[in-house]
Amino acid sequence: MIRRLEPQSGEVIDRESPLKFTWNSKKYVGYAGDTIVSALLANNRQVFSRSMKYHRPRGVLTADYWDPNTTVQVGTEPNVRGAHRLLEADMKVSAQNAWPSLDFDIKAANGLFGRFLTAGFYYKTFIKPQRLWPLYEKVLARFAPGGVVDLNTPHGYHDKRYAHPDVVVAGGGPAGLAAAISAAKAGMSVMLVEQNHRLGGHLRWGTDQDRETADDLEESARDAGVEILTDSAVTGRYDDNWIAISQRDHPGVVERLIKARAKTLVVAAGLVERPYVFSGNDLPGVMLSGAVRRLINMYAVRPGNRAVVLTANAEGDAAVADLERAGVEVARVVDARAGETISKAAGSSKQLGSVTLADGSTVKADLLVTAAGWTAPTSLLNMSGDRPSYDPAAARFFPTALPDNVIATGGLVGDGSLDELIAHGISSGELAAQRAAAVKHRLRSTVTRAQNPQGPEPPVQPDRRIGLSRAPHPELYRSDTHGMVDFSEDVSSKDLVSAAAEGFDSVELVKRFTTATMGPSQGKLETVNTVAVLAEARGETIEEVGTTVWRPPYAPISLGALAGRVFEPVRVSSLHEWHTAHNMTPILAGQWIRPEHYGDPGAEVTNVRTNVGIIDVTPLGKLDLRGPDVPKLLNLLYTNKWSKLPVGRVRYGMMCAEDGVVLDDGVTGRLGEDHYLMTTTSSGAGQIWQWVEMWLQTEHPDWQVHVTPVTTGLTSINIAGPKSRELLMRLVDDVDLSAEAFEYMNVRTGTIAGVPDCFMWRIGFTGELSFEVHVPAGFGLHVWEQLIEKGADLGIGPFGLEAQRIMRLEKGHFIVGQDTDGLTKAPTTGLRALIKLDKDDFAGKPELEWALAPEAPELPVLVAITPTDPRLVPDEACQILREGTTEIVGRITSSRFSPSLQRSICLGQVTPEFAAAGTTLTVRLCDGSDATAKVMEHHAHFDPEGVRLRG
Amino acid sequence: MLLVPCPHCGPRNSADMSYRGEASSRPDPASTTPAQWRDYLYMEHNPAGWLRENWYCSSGCRRFFTVERHTVTSEFREPPLPGSKTALPLSKTAEAGAGTDQQGGEK
Repeated sequence: MIRRLEPQSGEVIDRESPLKFTWNSKKYVGYAGDTIVSALLANNRQVFSRSMKYHRPRGVLTADYWDPNTTVQVGTEPNVRGAHRLLEADMKVSAQNAWPSLDFDIKAANGLFGRFLTAGFYYKTFIKPQRLWPLYEKVLARFAPGGVVDLNTPHGYHDKRYAHPDVVVAGGGPAGLAAAISAAKAGMSVMLVEQNHRLGGHLRWGTDQDRETADDLEESARDAGVEILTDSAVTGRYDDNWIAISQRDHPGVVERLIKARAKTLVVAAGLVERPYVFSGNDLPGVMLSGAVRRLINMYAVRPGNRAVVLTANAEGDAAVADLERAGVEVARVVDARAGETISKAAGSSKQLGSVTLADGSTVKADLLVTAAGWTAPTSLLNMSGDRPSYDPAAARFFPTALPDNVIATGGLVGDGSLDELIAHGISSGELAAQRAAAVKHRLRSTVTRAQNPQGPEPPVQPDRRIGLSRAPHPELYRSDTHGMVDFSEDVSSKDLVSAAAEGFDSVELVKRFTTATMGPSQGKLETVNTVAVLAEARGETIEEVGTTVWRPPYAPISLGALAGRVFEPVRVSSLHEWHTAHNMTPILAGQWIRPEHYGDPGAEVTNVRTNVGIIDVTPLGKLDLRGPDVPKLLNLLYTNKWSKLPVGRVRYGMMCAEDGVVLDDGVTGRLGEDHYLMTTTSSGAGQIWQWVEMWLQTEHPDWQVHVTPVTTGLTSINIAGPKSRELLMRLVDDVDLSAEAFEYMNVRTGTIAGVPDCFMWRIGFTGELSFEVHVPAGFGLHVWEQLIEKGADLGIGPFGLEAQRIMRLEKGHFIVGQDTDGLTKAPTTGLRALIKLDKDDFAGKPELEWALAPEAPELPVLVAITPTDPRLVPDEACQILREGTTEIVGRITSSRFSPSLQRSICLGQVTPEFAAAGTTLTVRLCDGSDATAKVMEHHAHFDPEGVRLRG
Repeated sequence: MLLVPCPHCGPRNSADMSYRGEASSRPDPASTTPAQWRDYLYMEHNPAGWLRENWYCSSGCRRFFTVERHTVTSEFREPPLPGSKTALPLSKTAEAGAGTDQQGGEK
């Protein structure tokens, strides 16, 4: 049987565009404009899912975004809302939560044992014994609802956008449209967000005249320049009107997360129809009046053949008219306003068969329509701090107090004719525009250089909107039987009553205990019924029970949209292309992509130790410091003394935080009378810049120091190895590089390969004779290539980070953050001589003073360690134990195999008791076995006297 | 997300800033006691009400500034204007634990 009606005047389907699709592998045809569910209903498919706990067959309930029964799998995409998602050609749609099939679901047996699955069943049953949990988990996972995640699904393109609209309007019904138009006409930039595919809200399934009004409003909105987003939702409202919008109608993007900073937010979310609670209310064939009206008027689908309608309001009456027009026999209209109601529905497992009224009469029907009232979706108002209050005369919740930058309109605040709704929308839009203009003015005026940019602040009229009246409505929540309250979580009114009997007196606790309102519709359908049933069970009023607080998100956001595109910058030096062209194996170090090695790090070490090598050290943090007070600054930041550093000299220093913990280290050189260049660790570059600025700005604003970060402005190259001087001399004419004229720890400024104003330091992290040159970045590649070319006969080769790490470990140089951690105070590093407690002040001085006092507990000591087995390289972070016990006395912080020494070398932190040279240590390896190791005399395994360095 | 009133850049997202904690004065290192110093390093008063706190406009003007914020309503008081008489005295900040660098420093 085909349920498609003759063409309807308001239908949104295109009968000229048939679309083929499959449902559980069977072929069907729908039309463009159909939702998945309307197309399936037209093909006489009525069961779309099995319920979560009892696996009861479920059909259409609301036929819109919030339908709890029509969640389906589309291809590899799980949990698609079938009554909202538009049909596409060749869609592969299948049911979820049904096993082995939708028609024969083995777990429906749960329904028979339903009384064992009452509220809290899982909490009570599967908690003990704990060792069985893995088994429980396996079984429960089969029963859990939800689709199948295909781990090979392509990620799809997601994006983010930052927007600064003056006014955001949430909801594109008549009131929201009117508000958007009037705000835009008042000169505001307006963003209108509608969850459905078309604007107009309930007008879309109303009369021809309703649709005409909707089309007119939509045209006016476009003419007024309103930015319109459909198939999108305002999912959250945060501090200062920071608005999250999930947009699904942006071309080429699966889903886009818009972060909008709105001056005012207009909430026109409308009303959500509420199900009625009675026995059998989840049978396929029981629908809400809105579902029936949408199906007939928008999708031309006949929802049934013989109907009973329970109506408490005009929408229910309109549904009766729609049904009759569509040729459905209306067997009985039950008017709740006259005190009539229904008691229960019965039928086969897959189809409603009859309805029993409260008066005891039974009517045969395959369709039961209920129009029992409304839930006000006040989520965004809750997120604005409002606590809506209940009005028994209107049988729904209304907003109470809202902040100035949030304005509610439409069905949320009251009822009325279409003209009255539009009038309220218009005046709300005007109010929103006035308040937005004032906020805009205030924001601009707070910028110092833009005081009063447009004269006085624009006036804001008091809120003089003519309010909407509240239509009387019977309080219709539960019949004299028990039925489903939460369809998506399978929570019945009986569960709520027993939860109340167990002592759960607060609605927030009942919610968590029974999981009512916690399913995919997130309370839009269930909250008020939950509150009503609880109130009844406790003998309280709905007002007294109160309601749960709605939190973000209003509608689901995909994880892809939250992740969006990666905004993290990737940094490369000016030599990156060269590295890439020369067999670089890259490594990500912080934000930087650096060469780890160029093939063989061991050979790179050997080449530096015998010939000469060059390494790109551009990421090294570099701060250009100028001014007469730089020595004061250096004295404050470093633990050692800087007052007497002569021009042309460099010095090593260590920085501590105020708690005495090592923060950073590096070399700073004096280039001129008032000119210094500070280097920091690569990973600390940004942090130390901020650290320097903080001391200058907050503690010593009177000091004359100007700080310029030049990290990427200079390309930094370290030339290391016994032949490095010979190589550099071939490129430098204007500086005497001889050992006598240019000693260790000196700096010179000169011309390298024709590039003037280059800085050359004689320092040596690798332990070899080495020169670190800092070249203007634009000439970095030129100098690098010149070095390679001119050093060819000297055996020059590039070396990477790994070779440098090996060589610094051979030399025993520690790395901040590798060999130190967030608890390592400065004395642990062994550089006690660099901590000058006779200075008046430096960062961290009091803590270091106390740490070094004779009575203070001794700090851990950084020592060089070598395993007894020279080939054994323990992993970094392996624990060091007291021999024969499991007492941890230290850990390995760095370890490598040394190509120069042909043995394993390590640094580690140990308690002072184990720090003496020659002490035997036990190292617990990652595989659980133990190895012995010995503490060395010096940190430097290689050339401890530094002969090579100073050569 | 909060809008934080930077005295130079105007209102900016708090994500564009670094929060520097409650404003407190750095004790004189020459005379401080361990109790005073550690109070300055680690202790926050965390009132439910007006709080003087420091922010760093890290993605903007890169200036440190002090404002007063109501911790319940998240309302800010008029930010200090540079050089104006109403400016709050610039305060001293703690950098407790700043040495915790998990990424591994590299020369």
